[in-house]
Amino acid sequence: MTNRIGMEVSLMVSEAVKLANVDVIAAYPITPQTHIVEHLSELVADGELDAEYICVESEHSAMSACAGSSAAGARTYTATASQGLQLMSEILYAVAPMRLPVVMTVANRTVSAPLTIWNDHSDIMANRDCGWIMIFVENGQEDFDQTICAFRIAEDRRVLLPVIVNMDGFILSHVIEPFEPVDQKTVDSFLPPFDPIYTMHPDRPVTMGAFTMPEIFTETKMAHDVALRESEAVIKEVWEEWGKLTGRHYTAVEEYMTDDAATVFVTIGSFSELGMEVVDAMRQKGVKVGLVKIRLFRPFPTEDILSALTKFKNVLVIERFLALGGVCGPLAEQIKAAMYKLKDTPNIVDFVCGLSGRDVPPEEFFGMYETAINAIKDGTVKEFYLWGVRE
Amino acid sequence: MAKPMDQYTWKDLTVGNVVDEPGNSIEYHTGDWKSQRPQWNQEKCIRCGVCWNFCPDNAIEKRAGEFIVTAKDGRKIKYDHYFVADLEYCKGCGICAHECITGCIEMIEEVD
Repeated sequence: MTNRIGMEVSLMVSEAVKLANVDVIAAYPITPQTHIVEHLSELVADGELDAEYICVESEHSAMSACAGSSAAGARTYTATASQGLQLMSEILYAVAPMRLPVVMTVANRTVSAPLTIWNDHSDIMANRDCGWIMIFVENGQEDFDQTICAFRIAEDRRVLLPVIVNMDGFILSHVIEPFEPVDQKTVDSFLPPFDPIYTMHPDRPVTMGAFTMPEIFTETKMAHDVALRESEAVIKEVWEEWGKLTGRHYTAVEEYMTDDAATVFVTIGSFSELGMEVVDAMRQKGVKVGLVKIRLFRPFPTEDILSALTKFKNVLVIERFLALGGVCGPLAEQIKAAMYKLKDTPNIVDFVCGLSGRDVPPEEFFGMYETAINAIKDGTVKEFYLWGVRE
Repeated sequence: MAKPMDQYTWKDLTVGNVVDEPGNSIEYHTGDWKSQRPQWNQEKCIRCGVCWNFCPDNAIEKRAGEFIVTAKDGRKIKYDHYFVADLEYCKGCGICAHECITGCIEMIEEVD
């Protein structure tokens, strides 16, 4: 194990991609993801990483190039954000059912309009059902680790699905954090070469993504859905192995100070670290709160979430996406849907906040807590609260 | 495909629904759903091959076979081939009939 060093989180991701020894990077720069592909282009130009670096003319082309190179058997990586992800959307829906294990970092950013560059989850939530594995990270170290794990998960023959590693734009992507790198030997032992079942090769011609009739389309979707659901076990297996190798253990759902908690915050992404600070501060004041963090979003770890959340009286979901015209945010919606059949469900209060990178300091969590507890007491809990909006 | 499409279960499918037998589209009979098919009047046909040339689906076959046709002046003309549509691939578009120089192709209703 090496010493802790300081590095911008975007560069940590690039270093992880380099350690994963990718063959092809297709990228189009878009804020706040740009530093990742900029650094990768330097690594390739300097000869530190032996990979094809494809400068494409849009994100639609970036993902198309990734589909082609992955189909040809190359380990493939790209990164994007916001409008870039929306422009890729069409190809996202092609890559996953074709079972091409592309790995992508999404530096989450609000989708316009109005034009904004800061962070929320409107880009990824718009594509949440495209059939990719989706992991959310809370800090640089986790981003580095999950990027390497993503290749191992994606390329596992039991999985063969693309993976998105989500990191909050700017809040994570542009900060300098301490992290422990992993040496090349360790990564090599952890990540075997990509060995696909089918490749585009003239010696053994195959057709990928062929035309399908209605008589067989539903069966193809079933096969994809089962593969995605069953990947949960492999993801956990990969994380366990990574934990043994590095001492850093990851789970689909993580709990913090929940043993004696009546109320928990449920967070996703970088809210989780902030949430833990808040829990510490609130506990110092004698409020017994805890935190449940969701790391794996697709496949949705329903069992783990139920076993974690049903223990508590109050569940306060803190999320960064406003489902316009909907019932509540997507995270609360999934949790509520998962609990629908249970007899005793906790009070679930959904807070949508931090849109377009609006600051959510720890005091805001206190406010949300008070609002939630009072509303529960009065029986006036709304489907969701757009937190901090000026009336 | 080893069996008809509607008999495959989701477990039978290849990973990513890859088609791993090259050239199997020959088993997919695209002419199944036509509503009209061409019929040649072999007496009027002069074997110019225009229908064969214009067929957008390559569904017209040139087959060997002897035909003796009596011309207007009473001459006997002997042909050693004739044209016919492969009905497994012919979609009944009627281009052959439209392009036919002598008008010897008639589009007739496809009836099961």
